[in-house]
Amino acid sequence: MTVSSDDLQVSITTKDACVDFPIFDAKSRSLKKTVMGVVGGNIDSGARVPIIEALRGITLQLEHGARVGLVGHNGAGKSTLLRLLAGIYEPTRGTAAIRGRVAPVFDLGVGMDPEISGLDNIMIRGLFLGMTRKQMEQRVDDIADFTELGDFLDMPLRTYSTGMRVRLALGVVTSIDPEILLLDEGIGAVDAAFLEKSRRRLSELVERSGLLVFASHSDEFLRELCDTAIWMEHGQIKQHGAIDDVLRSYKGHAG
Amino acid sequence: MRQVAWSGVATAQRSGRTYGAALDDLRTGWAQRELWAHLGWQDIRQRYRRSVLGPIWISITMAVTAIALGILYAGLFENDLSRQLPNILVGFIIWGFISGCIAEGSEVFIANNGLITHLPAPLSVHVYRLVWRQTLFFAHNLVVYVIMLVVFRQDLHWSSLSAIPAFLLLVVNGLWVALLLGIVTTRFRDMAPIIGSVVQLAFFMTPIVWIYQDFLQSPNPSIAERARLAELNPFLHFVEMLRRPMLGQPQELRYWIVVLVITVVGWALALSTLRRYRARVSYWV
Repeated sequence: MTVSSDDLQVSITTKDACVDFPIFDAKSRSLKKTVMGVVGGNIDSGARVPIIEALRGITLQLEHGARVGLVGHNGAGKSTLLRLLAGIYEPTRGTAAIRGRVAPVFDLGVGMDPEISGLDNIMIRGLFLGMTRKQMEQRVDDIADFTELGDFLDMPLRTYSTGMRVRLALGVVTSIDPEILLLDEGIGAVDAAFLEKSRRRLSELVERSGLLVFASHSDEFLRELCDTAIWMEHGQIKQHGAIDDVLRSYKGHAG
Repeated sequence: MRQVAWSGVATAQRSGRTYGAALDDLRTGWAQRELWAHLGWQDIRQRYRRSVLGPIWISITMAVTAIALGILYAGLFENDLSRQLPNILVGFIIWGFISGCIAEGSEVFIANNGLITHLPAPLSVHVYRLVWRQTLFFAHNLVVYVIMLVVFRQDLHWSSLSAIPAFLLLVVNGLWVALLLGIVTTRFRDMAPIIGSVVQLAFFMTPIVWIYQDFLQSPNPSIAERARLAELNPFLHFVEMLRRPMLGQPQELRYWIVVLVITVVGWALALSTLRRYRARVSYWV
């Protein structure tokens, strides 16, 4: 396996990457031994400060064009893995090298300010996703069209319903040109007609992006967007392969 | 054509506990000034949204406090109002900036935990945003200063322009203070209230409402003796360095020397902290 020396090549390479969370306010007494449950990572209380080993021994090589689905139980480490791949968490042990512009879409609500107008929120969200002011100004009409919010865009965000907020956030997110796109599930709460429309936009976005990692519980959605998949369990990669194989063994295991 | 001027790339390109990674953080954060400049403005507009006067309230609040305290202390110290009030007003404006950088700096990462754990951006973005916001507050307060210059004419001359580099030095110090305190308080949450009380105490120990020179020249030798102790207070040097030119008083070199030494030492401390703990902040918030 060779790492491309070409700097322009989009890729994510991790080697034996671990993510350990120190939990400063946990009473270490109540965590006397390492607890291993179905849900969550491993808790190691041997150290002075209890540590949650959220990810262990992650070795991955994702190149341009990769379309990877992430499956696993709640707390298996899907979201943490996405944050590792985004560069938000630098591995506590091991290495991670990320080449390319990362656009993480984990929580549609983050960075949204309820007191300012929808249009202002579009601008701020875009800037956070790495766009320039000019690029966002070019896209604002397209986003406004897509959201179907009309005059509401001039109203403060707090007057929006949950569904309207999701429309706005999805509109911005799907308008950008990411090199590495990291999607976390939970893009729900929209009506059926809008969902159909946003699906098309989402797939277009995925096609534009150089590299996709997508965490979801929906088989249908995963099969539509991804060709390979990673099965996470207890913070480790249990299986990494073609999407159908991984989904089959994951479902077989769960059932 | 991919540019490195983006958060995800550069922070990830040089990672780990190196000075290179720490400097990258500061550099790529600076490159994102469109983002933090916008957010800084937004913070100010946001605070006064739905109020009729908006950000003018910043200036009004400052003016009211300074005038009231000016009258009070002019009476207490038996000073001329035309001398006491400008002193207090300018002192307040400068102290507002200093205490803002310290108090808000100690919560800069804790307050932004949502953004830090959801979007890969250099840590310095949050620091730049904070200091920029404080700078905007300062600018709003300058309106009151200008009005004061009309009412109580000060003896300004060319050397008063040294207020500009003095303020820039204050900004450079605000950056390391917010960076350092931000990282430390994210790990040790008890530090935030401690810093809060220290700042409050420092307000009284620093010549803001009282005039340092008056005490130095006090006929009572024990007061003059004790006033000299105030020189040990680093805040005195920051305040005097900027206040003297703003009131048309002659500069004194020693304030600049003390401030420059603090700047160098502070940045060295902040950089080594950033190098060691930059990658830990997202784990700690």
